[in-house]
Amino acid sequence: MGKHAVSGVTSPNWLTTRFEELVKWVLSVSGANKAVNWSRANSLWPMPFGTACCAIEFMATAASRFDFARFGMERQAFSPRQADVLICAGRLPFKLAPVIRRIYDQMPQPKWVISMGACASTGGIFDNYAMVQGIDTIVPVDVYVPGCPPRPEGLLYGVLLLHKKIKGESLLDPSVREEQPLDERGLRLPPETIDEISEPFGNSVHQFRSA
Amino acid sequence: MNPSVEAGRATLGSAIGRVVESCGDTIVYVAAERLRDVLTWLRDTPGEAYDYLVDITAVEYRDRERPLEVVYTLRSLGRGAELRVKVELDPRGALTLDSVVPLWQGANWLEREVYDMFGVSFREHPDLRRILMWETYAEGYPLRKDFPLRGRFSRAEQVRQALTANPEAHYSIDELSIAAAAAALPADMAERLRRGERGTLPHSE
Repeated sequence: MGKHAVSGVTSPNWLTTRFEELVKWVLSVSGANKAVNWSRANSLWPMPFGTACCAIEFMATAASRFDFARFGMERQAFSPRQADVLICAGRLPFKLAPVIRRIYDQMPQPKWVISMGACASTGGIFDNYAMVQGIDTIVPVDVYVPGCPPRPEGLLYGVLLLHKKIKGESLLDPSVREEQPLDERGLRLPPETIDEISEPFGNSVHQFRSA
Repeated sequence: MNPSVEAGRATLGSAIGRVVESCGDTIVYVAAERLRDVLTWLRDTPGEAYDYLVDITAVEYRDRERPLEVVYTLRSLGRGAELRVKVELDPRGALTLDSVVPLWQGANWLEREVYDMFGVSFREHPDLRRILMWETYAEGYPLRKDFPLRGRFSRAEQVRQALTANPEAHYSIDELSIAAAAAALPADMAERLRRGERGTLPHSE
């Protein structure tokens, strides 16, 4: 008994392990995990990044008829420093790619991203030299909202899906909150993955790469 | 037929090439080396007074034998007359023209756009840089017919180059100087101004 206690105390991880166990116990008994997630999900501060027609639908979602303040998004943060969820509404040209990346990097944790509409999610009809083929090649995306543009109901459904995702997060999993910086090549994903998800689909397969 | 054509031919002679009527508009083809003479005459002659430069653009045709055309749309605000002036350039040769910024300040960005999209250089332009694509864009001139729709590089390389571009490097040295004079320039951009640096330009060598 005495021997065990001594070896336990001298281990550098002993205190940390005990503390983590205590935190887990408190979270499981008190429901703090649920409480934190509930409050996070219901007070999202969106950072609108509107570049095209999707931004019009985004504004309609924000305005009185659809009113996403009903879902806790009362305050739109026009500074990334005070935002929780980045909503990319519209197509993203390559020239804007470093801008949205910087905005995302400036947002404090916890943070989420909604990709609104076909162009933000896949490049949409703009399968050309100037357009990013899906913003997930630039920043991690949590919810994709399809549509061209999506109706406000569609965006609200995406927001509710995000609520669901947030409520399923665990405070004990630190990997959720880890920053995902660009790698040494300056990319977020491996180049093969970017090439693969940028492949033409639908009508654009009939266009050729060379003139 | 726009009466300016006959008056111009009488004064400028061989600088005025063939004339085409299209949908009620008069299109005049002008010799490239006399372009600025012709436009100066059209602007400053009292009976002509084409004082407003509506647009500068360029056209490259699918037919490889046809020359690349640079198009100037002029308007006389007082007389309500319009004239379209075209210059033909051989796309296989040097795409160089005289700038008309000394005539119309508004031509500055228009010529930058033609340079950005078609690669036409304008002599004596005060600030000939890309305007739509970023300055270090290395894939070529997107509206040329030999330019592939999806660009020359792979998507991964395009994403890599876009993410490594400095979004603040779009300012010209002039703009940086103005901000520096107002003491509103961040330190890193002040350093760019001090070195007179514009990033690595792919077409400078």
